[in-house]
Amino acid sequence: MTHHDPGGVGTEARATAPTGLSDADLVRMYEFMALARALDERMWLLNRAGQAPFVISCQGHEAAQIGAAFALQPSKDVLVPYYRDLAMVLYFGVTPRDIMLSLLARRGDPASQGRQMPGHFGSRRHNILTTSSPVATQVLHATGVALAAKYRREDTVAWTCVGEGGTSEGDFHEALNFASIHRLPVVFFVENNGYAISVPQRKQMAIENVAARAAGYNMPGVTVDGTDPVAVYAAATEAVERARRGEGPSLIEAKVYRFTAHSSDDDDRTYRDPQELEAQRVRDPVARFRATLLEQGVLSEEQDAAIRSRITAQINDATEFAEQAPYPDPSELTLHVYGS
Amino acid sequence: MATKLLIDAIRDTLFAEMRADDRIIVLGEDVGARGGVFRVTAGMIDEFGEERVIDTPLAESSIVGVAIGAAVHGLLPIAEIQFLDFIHPAMDQIMNEAAKIRYRSAGDFGCPLVIRAPYGGGVHGALYHSQSIEAIFTREPGLKVVAPVNPADAAGLLRSAIYDPDPVLFLEHKKAYRLIRDEVPENGHTVPIGKAKVVKEGSDVTIISYGMMLHESLAAAEALEAKGGSSVEVIDLRTLRPLDTETILASVSKTGKVVIVYEANKVGGVGAEVAALIAEEAFPYLDGPVMRVAAPEVPAIPFSPPLERAFLPNAETIGAALERLAAF
Ligand SMILES: Cc1ncc(C[n+]2csc(CCOP(=O)(O)OP(=O)(O)O)c2C)c(N)n1
Ligand SMILES: [Mg+2]
Repeated sequence: MTHHDPGGVGTEARATAPTGLSDADLVRMYEFMALARALDERMWLLNRAGQAPFVISCQGHEAAQIGAAFALQPSKDVLVPYYRDLAMVLYFGVTPRDIMLSLLARRGDPASQGRQMPGHFGSRRHNILTTSSPVATQVLHATGVALAAKYRREDTVAWTCVGEGGTSEGDFHEALNFASIHRLPVVFFVENNGYAISVPQRKQMAIENVAARAAGYNMPGVTVDGTDPVAVYAAATEAVERARRGEGPSLIEAKVYRFTAHSSDDDDRTYRDPQELEAQRVRDPVARFRATLLEQGVLSEEQDAAIRSRITAQINDATEFAEQAPYPDPSELTLHVYGS
Repeated sequence: MATKLLIDAIRDTLFAEMRADDRIIVLGEDVGARGGVFRVTAGMIDEFGEERVIDTPLAESSIVGVAIGAAVHGLLPIAEIQFLDFIHPAMDQIMNEAAKIRYRSAGDFGCPLVIRAPYGGGVHGALYHSQSIEAIFTREPGLKVVAPVNPADAAGLLRSAIYDPDPVLFLEHKKAYRLIRDEVPENGHTVPIGKAKVVKEGSDVTIISYGMMLHESLAAAEALEAKGGSSVEVIDLRTLRPLDTETILASVSKTGKVVIVYEANKVGGVGAEVAALIAEEAFPYLDGPVMRVAAPEVPAIPFSPPLERAFLPNAETIGAALERLAAF
């Protein structure tokens, strides 16, 4: 097996049946993807300008995340994300201002009041569980959320995301096992970008598709083209409906590509051939979806221009807002160690 | 003698020993083509190949557990945990296995394993890339724990650790990697595990520290002396388990006053053990309370710069403790 090829999968997984998405939905999907991309790009600009010490990116993952998000109901489902899930958390209601406050570690950052690195999402108000850095720990939490939701007879699905690298951790396997035994309403969403920092998939696992791991736990496992939001939406909807019917968990693997270094602390040229990156550009999910929608007449150039200027205005506003926000006061250091 | 950065002293020692002894293998996340996220193993895979430099799956329990298996079967594995903050999935393997293999087999098996891990704050690493959780390990008989910050000490202790018959946790302060430079002897020099070093002699008060706090302590000592205050002796513990009781007690018996400085949480830290040791063994010599300057009781270092600064001890907070102690 060589480096995984997102282009090689998904033709059979691509949505063939009507998805129930209206043209307006498709445009909204596109707008979320474009917003996430533009916000992400702004974060890198601020990093290079020395204003933001750390950035971790969603670039390349937008279609997977938004396809998945549209299958969920943010008012009642619980999102247990990982650090790349910028597009998903935007869909759940986190704002560009929130993201910029977190990026610049300012007071008012709703995820952690400047305590955590950027990309460590969390907001009770938005049904997004607080998240840490140790990979895959969150997969068990989603399982526990699903256990509680089932116990409380709620119509809640827990949705958790993890990189393919994280699926090597024991916590990932323990979560799948537990969830399957108890037929819990949880969906395990693996955003497979082929790398765990520098380690290519072939050094992480001896299988081609992470979805194959599902079989060992007796749950459905599907691989989808994570650059096609509609295909991801179809797979996600099926898994979410299954969970709501009480039939248990599913594993979805979305094949994506990471268009940036792992983070602003990484230099991917030390391990990734720039030609590989360039070759993947044709699969840029945002550009591709835009082209598809234009081609299908779902989106017009004028609409696209309006969307883009709306996004730019939002991001400019968010940046200025966060730049003017104060830092936390040192006295806040000792708050919230215990609840009583 | 060449002067080297801490990171180069560690890297050069790894290269030298891997060339000299083919029982040594290196395994961890991103240690191959990337050369580790801090670049300590840069170039290693080119020279020694994929058989000796293993990019592992992202699973710390497997890194340590497999290294234990290799150690009991004739190799000298050096496992890298990418950040000390991420060592927890391997805790069972470290505490219940590596540390207990010799004792439980009544000496039939040994576990000559080195676990390298970057630790420490002050690098905008936030809660999960800044932790100093060494005290979890220093309470564990069967493990040795070293935390050199001087490049020559790091080279010498790494060599000792590799050939030590028992598991050694080798802690590398990530802020010191490219900040601390000093002369490093060539030709396979070693520093014994379990020996502290008096890095500055003095007569009125002793500071006991390690890691980046050693440098904050030295700055505090110099500032105090420049003001014409007390003469300060500064000790670098270098090894956190076993403690060098002799060097600690000799200094405290001489000065009668001691401040222990560390960037981990104060409660239950290495300083707690050092303080207890001094209270038990040097009580008659003390002219003031045994003091600790350490981090507050919050779970980890926040990201935001003002909070990160408020968390970490520094030359000023150490200086304030020295002045309080001078009043006794
Ligand atoms: C337990 C643990 N070990 C190591 C790390 C350091 N680390 C952060 S992200 C990462 C790679 C994750 O790869 P993957 O799960 O594929 O997600 P991706 O970043 O590719 O989206 C590593 C090794 C960590 N955060 N947690
Ligand atoms: Mg990955």
